[in-house]
Amino acid sequence: MTSITAEIVPPLLDVRELRKYFPISKGCFRRVVGHVRAVDDVSFTVAEGETLGLVGESGCGKTTVSRAILRAIDPTAGQVLYRTREGKVVDLATMSGAELKALRREIQMIFQDPFGSLNPRMTLLDNVGEPLLVNGMRSRRERTERVAELLRLVGLRPEFMHRFPHAFSGGQRQRIGIARALATSPRLLVADEPVSALDVSVQAQVLNLLLELQSRLRLTFIFVAHDLSVVRHISDRVAVMYVGQLVELAPTEAVFARPRHPYTAALMRAVPVPDPRIAVGDAILKGEVPSPAAPPSGCYFHPRCRFAEDRCRREAPLLREVDPGHFARCHFAEQLSLSQAA
Amino acid sequence: MPPIPTAAESGERIEPLLSVRDLRVVFELDEGTVRAVDGVSFDVRPGQVVGIVGESGCGKSVTMKAILQLIETPGRITRGEILYRQNSTRPRVIDLARLRPRGALMRALRGAEIALIPQEPMAAFSPVHTVGQQIIEAIMLHASRHPDGRAISRHDARAMTIELLRDVGISMPEQRVDAYSWQLSGGLRQRAMIAMALSCRPRLLIADEPTTAIDVTTQAQILALLRELQRKYDTAIIFITHDLGVIAQMAHYVVVMYLGSVMEEGPVDEIFHAPKHPYTKALLRSIPSLYGETRTTLPVIAGALPHPFNRPAGCPFQPRCDQVIPQRCAHAVPRLQPVGPRQQASCFLYHDLAKPA
Repeated sequence: MTSITAEIVPPLLDVRELRKYFPISKGCFRRVVGHVRAVDDVSFTVAEGETLGLVGESGCGKTTVSRAILRAIDPTAGQVLYRTREGKVVDLATMSGAELKALRREIQMIFQDPFGSLNPRMTLLDNVGEPLLVNGMRSRRERTERVAELLRLVGLRPEFMHRFPHAFSGGQRQRIGIARALATSPRLLVADEPVSALDVSVQAQVLNLLLELQSRLRLTFIFVAHDLSVVRHISDRVAVMYVGQLVELAPTEAVFARPRHPYTAALMRAVPVPDPRIAVGDAILKGEVPSPAAPPSGCYFHPRCRFAEDRCRREAPLLREVDPGHFARCHFAEQLSLSQAA
Repeated sequence: MPPIPTAAESGERIEPLLSVRDLRVVFELDEGTVRAVDGVSFDVRPGQVVGIVGESGCGKSVTMKAILQLIETPGRITRGEILYRQNSTRPRVIDLARLRPRGALMRALRGAEIALIPQEPMAAFSPVHTVGQQIIEAIMLHASRHPDGRAISRHDARAMTIELLRDVGISMPEQRVDAYSWQLSGGLRQRAMIAMALSCRPRLLIADEPTTAIDVTTQAQILALLRELQRKYDTAIIFITHDLGVIAQMAHYVVVMYLGSVMEEGPVDEIFHAPKHPYTKALLRSIPSLYGETRTTLPVIAGALPHPFNRPAGCPFQPRCDQVIPQRCAHAVPRLQPVGPRQQASCFLYHDLAKPA
């Protein structure tokens, strides 16, 4: 499997067979006794201007994938092919630090915690302006102008730039975090749970802001989240992860209308619907997520799957194209009729 | 299935188990006074699940702490009553707001008749005692006798604990009883917490965001368990959450709070299908749906939650409200009044009664 969306222009990001294993060491000589397969053979592409939603429960590897793309961690194996502004395709996974530094401007991150991700001792001017300073904008006047422009872009008043983060609410701080991520005019933004710490009324404001910025600045998003309704709202395509693997990847509407993997369907059924007349399904997923250090045999989902057969215990399914553009890692993806109501 | 309210769940004629009346809790800080709970009233009837929903700073957790007399200084209850109908040999009504937090009566009620499921089971369990030791301690402390009058021995309490762990769906309870909380997964830990809360057969259970720190498939399991246990023991539950989905699936009756005040309350179906208060309506509109159109602009509530020192004049929601009445809403605080057969709202769109200053 090389390319998931057929395009003439190479995709902005092409992740191929990405792996990240963390060693488990034991004893006084820290002998390596095994590996946590946090990310195990993950491949996907992201087209320019697109939003890819990455969903899964805690420990599924979604954060590790996003950190590997940013090269905050070094992947164990695999390629992270990125098309630069100049149109050159480079592999972020193996680049040296110096080469990477120039590219860091193009790939930025929006963090989950709007309280922890800003320096409390720096004014907004310094917090938002720091990436500019690091990238060689020495003149304070120039930086002030750019920060004012950025604050306006995210819906904050430029006068705020001399205040400190503590003076702002959670939603405003998340806007500040977005302004900082936009400072270097990035092309790809990795947002790790950007709205999960926010109140419902503020969450909608930030989601609207992200959608608006995307169309205005032609941004590409990787949106990591556990909240399916939020992911569904913002994403063009959705990738579902389970125990370090992609189990389903498809356009948003297709995933939600007809999921092809039983885990995706179970995940959707588990979401409490904000309507007392819609009952949650009785078929609640049993058991717990297995440890990525000791995954089950065959299909990783088989111990919890109500459709599991003998083959699922023995043979690990591959991620394969079930419908055009719709990938699922299930032996019986075609036969099962899964839907939200199922 | 969403519970169809039985007479006990919705019946107004049954005496409430708990009546909160005009409760006010303030925190006196150097910078000023925060009115965390500002005149809140609601009832909980036996066997009823009352959901308290609101965003951060709305006072839902402080209300819960006031009921349990767990408010830390500099906070204190300055007004109002928390009437609890105790079911001893002679039924009597106790005003919890008047009890000393460390007094004998409050300590006898807390944990035994009114129990808490906290948000973070990791922080609530002691890491240096096994889960079993902690549940056994609760049983020994509150239920010193069997129904037939025999004293409960430590051995009996251990057997009861194993039964409780089995009851909340923990497999291999004989082994799990000797586990430390940090050896359990998040879901198991919350199940153990539920077992502990239920250990003394409380009449009122307060669940404070019990599934917020848990993954969605585990959350579904925990919510199903709570529903099942609620039916089985007919426990009244105050369910505190910011998640409207959880409220819709769990509660019979919903109290919507904003900045320390009740904006609206009513049966769950009315709140979700016929909301009256502009805040409730706006809140419901602003959540992305699993069924609606994607990548559209979501309707938002304008502005942000005001800072607690900087409360708006008049109705607390007035600066963000899209149906504000200019000459009225900023000048007086609307009172909680009936707006339907079983629904109440504090909003001048429906009546003209202001709260006395």
